[in-house]
Amino acid sequence: MNEIIEVVTGGIFTTIQDLGRYGYQRYGVPVSGAMDTFSLRIANLLVGNEQSKAGLEITLVGPELKFLGDTVIAITGGDLDPKLDGESIPMWVATIAEEGSILTFGGIKNGARAYLAAAGGINVEPVLGSLSTYTRAKIGGFQGRQLSTGDVLSSYPTTDRIEGHFFPKSSLPKYEHSHKVGVILGPQDQAFTENGIKTLFKSEYEVTAQSDRIGYRLSGPKIQHKQGADIISDGIPFGAIQVTGDGLPIILMSDRGTTGGYTKIGTVISADMGDLAQAAPGDTIHFNKTNVRSGLKKLVEEEDLIKRVAESTPIFFSKQLFTVSLDDERYLVETGLSAESTPSSKNTTIQAKVDGHSFNFNVKVEE
Amino acid sequence: MSHLTIVPAGDRALAIKVGDSISPEINLAVRNLAVTLEKQQLPAILDIVPTYCSILINYDPLISSLDDLEMDIKNLENTINESTIGSPKTIEIPTVYGGEYGPELSYVAQFNGLTELEVIDIHSGNDYLVYAMGFTPGFPYLGGMSDKIVTPRLQTPRTDIPAGSVGIAEKQTGIYPIKSPGGWQLIGRTPFNLFDPAKNPPVLVEPGDYIRFAPISSEEYEKIANLNEKNNE
Repeated sequence: MNEIIEVVTGGIFTTIQDLGRYGYQRYGVPVSGAMDTFSLRIANLLVGNEQSKAGLEITLVGPELKFLGDTVIAITGGDLDPKLDGESIPMWVATIAEEGSILTFGGIKNGARAYLAAAGGINVEPVLGSLSTYTRAKIGGFQGRQLSTGDVLSSYPTTDRIEGHFFPKSSLPKYEHSHKVGVILGPQDQAFTENGIKTLFKSEYEVTAQSDRIGYRLSGPKIQHKQGADIISDGIPFGAIQVTGDGLPIILMSDRGTTGGYTKIGTVISADMGDLAQAAPGDTIHFNKTNVRSGLKKLVEEEDLIKRVAESTPIFFSKQLFTVSLDDERYLVETGLSAESTPSSKNTTIQAKVDGHSFNFNVKVEE
Repeated sequence: MSHLTIVPAGDRALAIKVGDSISPEINLAVRNLAVTLEKQQLPAILDIVPTYCSILINYDPLISSLDDLEMDIKNLENTINESTIGSPKTIEIPTVYGGEYGPELSYVAQFNGLTELEVIDIHSGNDYLVYAMGFTPGFPYLGGMSDKIVTPRLQTPRTDIPAGSVGIAEKQTGIYPIKSPGGWQLIGRTPFNLFDPAKNPPVLVEPGDYIRFAPISSEEYEKIANLNEKNNE
């Protein structure tokens, strides 16, 4: 096993997530997976992984992680102020984490959930085809639970040359405390009065503290039903807005139960779910009426951006081998993982470890 | 059978309404359609969630548009009356009633003017159709409970209900496959494991099966539970 991360402290709620466990909802098994799939997919691309690899979903208060080997990491999503050995590291950029270095988080700057991808992807035993953690049934991820002190995570092996990518700065998502999300009415919008539907689109709702990976309970004006909130139980999609008997909306998220017996007034469009996943308790939400066509248009824009990143000029990370002559003896020296760059001059300095000691070598590139 | 109504459920899911009541006939049509859809292996379909009288389809709109998918589904409409499903299985669920395993058995009896033994006889005397699964992993939505033992939910839900607990909520009976919170009146418990993620399918009973509760003693319960534990070691 390629042990890569030791958990020093687990943070408030850090879990291993991939893009979800599809195919088992008919047996009542929730999809789970990253709340903000856009950020996880990008994090993976930045470190040269397939988009669907598992990473860490870090909620509000980050963990402290120790790297057990040299690797390339990227942190995306909400900015929880990541620091490597005390030095701030940029979000949405691949960074080399050296063996022994410590990753900490200073606190929330924006958003609510950060995603950490490591080169190769986090490696745990798949459960029903997915690595995603579903804590309620204790399945997936690391022993079916959130990470805690002493856990050691492995990654899949990488190629010798890691082919990472850059994320365009102009496309960085901005997470505000006010979230405007598009909603497609249905499937049970008929169960609400005209006024009820008006209330949904005109009001400001606040994300309450009773909000987690299952769903966001909102507070705000009550939405009026025609006759009641009960329906014959049916399937619940990601982002469904359920209105129970008390008239308050609940947005159902990644760990939602697969089915439920309450009316669903509408569904948040896919392209706005990433932003919604970054909403913290106390944030406000405005629902804007939209339709399938407009939702799809935004989704296609998001997919195009992901594709642009995947197809952008790669940045390579590798360990380099040098032959060094010292007192007429020749040594093979391996550098740590570093970003490859075209040498600007024929003389360059490399850092390498010999018998555990760091040395700087002046390397003369021979013609 | 009425025709299918298809409505969007967001931009990545659609709901197929087969009927609007709980009946074995409509539910059979739902399951027929779900099996047919499964066999089609339409590349856009990610997951099929059949319930009492409708099906939720999760799909990838970048592979098929809502309109195209709607057409594909409508073309299968005539298959909902052609059963492709084998004859249903009846699965016996050994259950110890009352005592610490079913703390509300006496309440259910009292509420309905029955003795505890009568409640057990009525509850274990019917076969229950598994209409659908959902809510939590392996939870069967059962139909067919006698009106004689209908009991309202607990005023205050419990935070921790042991796996295998058998309960009643209004006109429904069910089994909690995993430890979870809930407000059902608990009348018994089965040592059988209804959800095992190491198996595929990960469930003991499936939609379309029938369940029969078979009363057992607490000694038998412990014997089966111990055996399960050994098998899992």
